[in-house]
Amino acid sequence: MSMSLLIVQILNGLQLGVLLFLIAAGLTLVFGVMNFINLAHGVQYMLGAYLAVMFYGMTGSSLLALVFALLAALAFGLFLEFVVFRHLYERDHLDQVIATFGIILFLNQAVKYIWGAAPLSLPIPEYFSGSIVLLPGLTYPIWRLVIIASGLAIALLLYVLVSRTRLGMLVRAGANNAPMVSALGVDIRRLFMIVFGFGTMLAGFAGIMIAPILSVEPGMGDTILILAFVVIVIGGIGSIRGAFIAALLIGLADTLGRSFSVDILRLVMAPSPARTVGPAIASMLIYLMMALVLYFRPTGLFPPKGR
Amino acid sequence: MTRLPTAIFLGFALLPAAAAFGTETYLLDLFMRVMIFSIAALGLDLLVGYGALVSFGHAAFIGIGAYAVAILASHGINEALISLPVALIAATAFAYLTGTICLRTRGVYFIMITLAFGQMAFFLASSLAPYGGDDGLTMHARSTLFGLSPFKNERLFYYIVLACLIGCYCLCRSLVVSRFGRVFRGARENATRMATLGFDIYRYQLAAYAISGALGGLAGFLLANATDFVSPAYMSWQRSGELIIMIILGGLGTLHGAIIGTLAYSLLGEYLSGLTENWKMIFGPLLVLVVLLARGGLLGLAGQVAAWWRKQHAEPQP
Amino acid sequence: MTAPVLQLEGLNKNFGGLAVTRNVNFEVAAGELHAVIGPNGAGKTTLINQISGLVAPDSGRVLFASRDVTALSVPERAALGLARSFQITSILPGFSAIENVALAVQARIGTSFRFFGCAAAESALNAPALAALDEVGLTKRADALAGHLSHGEKRALELAIALAMQPKLLLLDEPMAGAGRDESRRLIAVLSRLKGRFPILLVEHDMTAVFALADRISVLLYGQILTSGTPDAVRADPQVVAAYLGEEME
Repeated sequence: MSMSLLIVQILNGLQLGVLLFLIAAGLTLVFGVMNFINLAHGVQYMLGAYLAVMFYGMTGSSLLALVFALLAALAFGLFLEFVVFRHLYERDHLDQVIATFGIILFLNQAVKYIWGAAPLSLPIPEYFSGSIVLLPGLTYPIWRLVIIASGLAIALLLYVLVSRTRLGMLVRAGANNAPMVSALGVDIRRLFMIVFGFGTMLAGFAGIMIAPILSVEPGMGDTILILAFVVIVIGGIGSIRGAFIAALLIGLADTLGRSFSVDILRLVMAPSPARTVGPAIASMLIYLMMALVLYFRPTGLFPPKGR
Repeated sequence: MTRLPTAIFLGFALLPAAAAFGTETYLLDLFMRVMIFSIAALGLDLLVGYGALVSFGHAAFIGIGAYAVAILASHGINEALISLPVALIAATAFAYLTGTICLRTRGVYFIMITLAFGQMAFFLASSLAPYGGDDGLTMHARSTLFGLSPFKNERLFYYIVLACLIGCYCLCRSLVVSRFGRVFRGARENATRMATLGFDIYRYQLAAYAISGALGGLAGFLLANATDFVSPAYMSWQRSGELIIMIILGGLGTLHGAIIGTLAYSLLGEYLSGLTENWKMIFGPLLVLVVLLARGGLLGLAGQVAAWWRKQHAEPQP
Repeated sequence: MTAPVLQLEGLNKNFGGLAVTRNVNFEVAAGELHAVIGPNGAGKTTLINQISGLVAPDSGRVLFASRDVTALSVPERAALGLARSFQITSILPGFSAIENVALAVQARIGTSFRFFGCAAAESALNAPALAALDEVGLTKRADALAGHLSHGEKRALELAIALAMQPKLLLLDEPMAGAGRDESRRLIAVLSRLKGRFPILLVEHDMTAVFALADRISVLLYGQILTSGTPDAVRADPQVVAAYLGEEME
């Protein structure tokens, strides 16, 4: 368990954490403001990655691919909102789960139909490729640092938006008491659409950013969706701050757990059972954490007031 | 009220005769699987339809039952008198233990925490390296009963599954109208009122959750024998989602709706996948349409159509 | 003299800095109908909630039949014989009226961990339930869905549920709330018949009802008990007249 390995894994954990935050932020806002469970949020992330690959193939420019993919992801998200989701806000959670599950089935298959089942890849933008030396003997890929930095920047931007602007005030109020906000004469439909579009774009952005270091394939949004749900439930549904803290917590716990569980277990048990039990515990770790958090705080760490 | 369920069970019972004219094993296999999932769906309908407890980790119960059988079989223990109780107890115990935590939460948090426990079971199975890990575990021999092999005869096995389904249906039917069921249903209507009457609803919900887990375990036992194989995929969250879809598709809180929904879901999937490789591109939007247009599932839709029909035919008379 | 059924000792409750219950001490004696009156926001419902266990007091004790129940849960207190009605009707709307009441009977007698047998066909449950419905004049509506009853009928049903528990103390939180003049008169008649059969703690806005029914009255103001006494004494208390009754007693 060397020091440099620990640092690398902490950075990897941070990177997973900010990625989860980008996805969870939209999910928790949509849930908090509209009381809408959107299982299809994960496919937005997948779509972001695929669109980036497609636009890169068309333009050959990473920057243009980013811009076009973001816009296309936003447009598609708003299209879905307009055609399907807005009819579901008033329905119970069960209906929302089923309808958005149907959309997952459709989109995963559609992606396979359009781009094929084989994994695709996207090159890292040239100016961010390669690694830098963090410490003597410790190098780290620049692109991963870019992901961490952009994720943190967006978290800061969100914080300012939510805590300092009128729109943010409405969002916070909506998370606490949606009927109240609409009683104030705010066009709730427009507010919903803005929040939804914003969340969609963040998920798409996460997909675009991760595409260069992950294989782009159908169903890639499903796993991350469940992780994002764990994040927002631990953080307290509707809370951006909770989502941020929980995302980093989950990112670090998952990454470090997978890297070091065997070593840690070997301190208390024989090597061979440790090698069996370690990975099992590591893969269940975050769900254990979620169960623990909900056992002591049934509405998460930072539940919005008034619920 | 009892006519429709009777008709369904009669249909299942007569199917092997009809199947004799065609591709028998295929149809038997398909309908047997429908009945097995119906058993699990009944247990889920008990929770969701009668208790408003949306369990999103229900596939784990099936998986645990299935793994119990397969793991015992891999150690050479094939006797159902041992493996069936083990499967039931394992699934019930898992439901009971996770239920003590899940039932402290409400609403969406309940959905999500049951999902989390489902995922835990999934990953646990994936990391069971001695039992196949991700790849799953093949059962080299089906369960025996008193040393005989009733599960090897496809028809006999089919009727055993049917008997299990009818038994579970009757059990659930009895449960929802019993004293216990009345308290359980009351908890969904008004939890505060139930508490002020003196009912600690947590205990009743926990019992129902454990019973539901046992039904899942039974389904798992049968499924492992039907497919000769178990894998972590049995416990994936998509499977849990499918189970929820099945009970909604048929009509919540009716019990036979759970069976109809499972039947419809499986047959539709089977039919569409025969049409095109990309059948999910049709199936997904269909689900959305069902949610948007057919409140109360197929049973609800049938009720609406029947009412409309009666109205149309009543009007001409003076 | 027998011990009081209910004793509150130094009860305090704050909601975010607002003291809604301030050092409340009082008793409900065996067999009496004790009314608590006070203007809106005086903390009457919060007080009832602390007695039935829905709200935990910050300090102080609740003694029920000489037993400290402060730490007990709502169902535990109910099982000891504490029944209540709600200011905002709280019934099971999807159950029939008789089923609502039969559940209360079921809570009182026998176990509810019985998985077989149709509960709706048990005469051991239905007979007492029907008797309770009869007392509040709902016999004819026994099979109607509770959610479909009229407002006054729902108020009566809530009373029947409480009755069927055969409580050792009945907490009634504004049973007349929202009822029309005729309905109120009928409910007062029902309450006067119940009076003496169980001790009752009645929180009510309807002064006619309170002065017609109560053996003793406590006046709650800003979370504090201003005074307790017989209806005549309370009516004559200048403090009460000044603080509260003045405008309403015209």
